[in-house]
Amino acid sequence: MKILVCISHVPDTTSKINFTDNGTKFDTNGVQFIIGPYDDYALARAIELKEAIAGTTVTVINVGLADTEPTIRKALAIGADDAIRVNAEPTDSFFVASQIAAHAKGYDLVLMGRESIDYNGGVVHAMVGELLGIPSLSPVMKLDVEGTNVKMAREIEGGKESVEAILPLVAGCQEPIAEWKIPNMRGIMSARTKPLMVVEASGNDKNVVTQKFELPAAKGAVKMISADNVAELVTRLKTEAKVL
Amino acid sequence: MSVLVFVETGEGKIRKSSLEAITYAHLMGSGVTAIVLGAVAQPELESLGKYGAQKVLHVVDSKLDQPVIQAYASVITKAMQDEGADVLVLANSSLGTPVAAKVAVKANASFASNVVELPSTSSGFVVKRSIYTGKAFSFVELKNQKKVIALKKNAAEAKEVGGGAQIVPYAVALNDADFSTKIMSTEKATGDILLPEAEIVVSGGRGMKGPEHWGILLDLAKALHAATGCSKPVSDLNWRPHHEHVGQTGVKVAPQLYIAIGISGAIQHLAGVNSSKCIVVINKDPDAPFFKAADYGIVGDAFDVLPKLTAAVNAMR
Ligand SMILES: Cc1cc2nc3c(=O)[nH]c(=O)nc-3n(C[C@H](O)[C@H](O)[C@H](O)COP(=O)(O)OP(=O)(O)OC[C@H]3O[C@@H](n4cnc5c(N)ncnc54)[C@H](O)[C@@H]3O)c2cc1C
Repeated sequence: MKILVCISHVPDTTSKINFTDNGTKFDTNGVQFIIGPYDDYALARAIELKEAIAGTTVTVINVGLADTEPTIRKALAIGADDAIRVNAEPTDSFFVASQIAAHAKGYDLVLMGRESIDYNGGVVHAMVGELLGIPSLSPVMKLDVEGTNVKMAREIEGGKESVEAILPLVAGCQEPIAEWKIPNMRGIMSARTKPLMVVEASGNDKNVVTQKFELPAAKGAVKMISADNVAELVTRLKTEAKVL
Repeated sequence: MSVLVFVETGEGKIRKSSLEAITYAHLMGSGVTAIVLGAVAQPELESLGKYGAQKVLHVVDSKLDQPVIQAYASVITKAMQDEGADVLVLANSSLGTPVAAKVAVKANASFASNVVELPSTSSGFVVKRSIYTGKAFSFVELKNQKKVIALKKNAAEAKEVGGGAQIVPYAVALNDADFSTKIMSTEKATGDILLPEAEIVVSGGRGMKGPEHWGILLDLAKALHAATGCSKPVSDLNWRPHHEHVGQTGVKVAPQLYIAIGISGAIQHLAGVNSSKCIVVINKDPDAPFFKAADYGIVGDAFDVLPKLTAAVNAMR
């Protein structure tokens, strides 16, 4: 089985978000970049499938400029066999999806996170599936492969759905599909020599253009209420905050 | 310009988030057509008129009683064409968002999800999106003639504007290939208030000490007609079901009131709650980081404060 795992290169979840150049550019100052946490689940599940099903290979793909290579190498250290980097800025969902789709033909399973944690579009999987004419499901919290049959659990509001489909397919993953894997020393050493192919983007038709960024308004100071006077909280929520 | 709104139902009722989508489309100042798929009672369909829909396309086919994403996307794409609609508006959800994405590809439309405000059309068609998991916003121009907009909760407040809608049965030939993924079963809490749509959320963390203590939290939720949520370790430990997990890697909520009990306020948890209007934090540690993100705080033991709070809420009602 051939698995393609799509990874985003995103600010660590503890990052303070800031913009420069009059709110037009993301401020990378002091920001550490990681494999998107949801993509990390997808990668972990792909590696588990590779360990369980003989003859399985795992390729990772990232749409990003050269600064994403340490993130890609980390995915190789976790256990992917090889990698593709599409040399372009991942500006919007459709652009990223069309770049991935251009390389995803021939794979049985295309896995990625349910969303990237920078732009939170949450749709690249659905668009890749649509572009390839194969099913796509998200957010998938359980995925088992038996031959060409795939059994999945998909989270829905207030519960979950059991879904079955036939390969090939695309899945947007989330926990508890697998546990995040940490690269070991041998993985890190071998990742240095694993193939990382750099390709140019195909087409550049962007139908969405980001004009500027903005931070939310700062929150006021917290009002503390004594634990001996809980009723006051209820009164304040009703009369002051007007949320009851 | 005419706008098509995909309306979702749950347990035979129109979802509140879809009413917000209708209001949003109405406020865009154009003709609004709603499309509803699957069995739903006539009065529910008619109620859409009150929120601003002029026409409701109702697609009845037993194959669509299950929310099959691929098939829904095909039907809605066809309806956009037939209605001459340039814009599709719907609410972000586990069904709506993937449907929107597929329609956008099929219709060659510009797409934006997590949209939080009405578009500005003074120079191009620009929408404001929530990004970095609620930590920032972006303004994006949707350049194609056709546009698909998926709304975050509260992008518009559902509001009755009067008026009535014409209900039109809408028949579409379904394609078998769109049913290749099979929904085998659905497990869903019934009758509960859905967490992503709730106006009040009562959420517990590891400070609740174990699943056997959730009773006092559920009592408060019941008194407030609130949905219940939890932190990630709580669902990891199986104290609560996974769909209650709030935060960066879980559900993002945007209620009027979020009450956090025994949750430390890690940045990844805050990412899921930062769109709440009012946050109350109850924690026995005065230095818990969550207090910095709160509107109201009580330093105290959950096991002492919760029953008192429930009693106070019941006394007020
Ligand atoms: C990539 C990544 C993604 C993550 N995503 C999420 C996410 O989506 N959601 C999420 O929640 N976390 C997430 N986390 C985990 C997050 O970092 C924290 O570990 C987690 O939120 C802590 O949960 P908690 O507050 O319940 O537990 P703790 O941090 O253990 O806090 C328990 C709190 O309870 C208080 N307490 C104890 N006893 C009592 C009592 N009797 N009465 C009152 N208060 C009491 C304590 O003072 C403490 O503040 C993520 C982490 C990473 C690295």
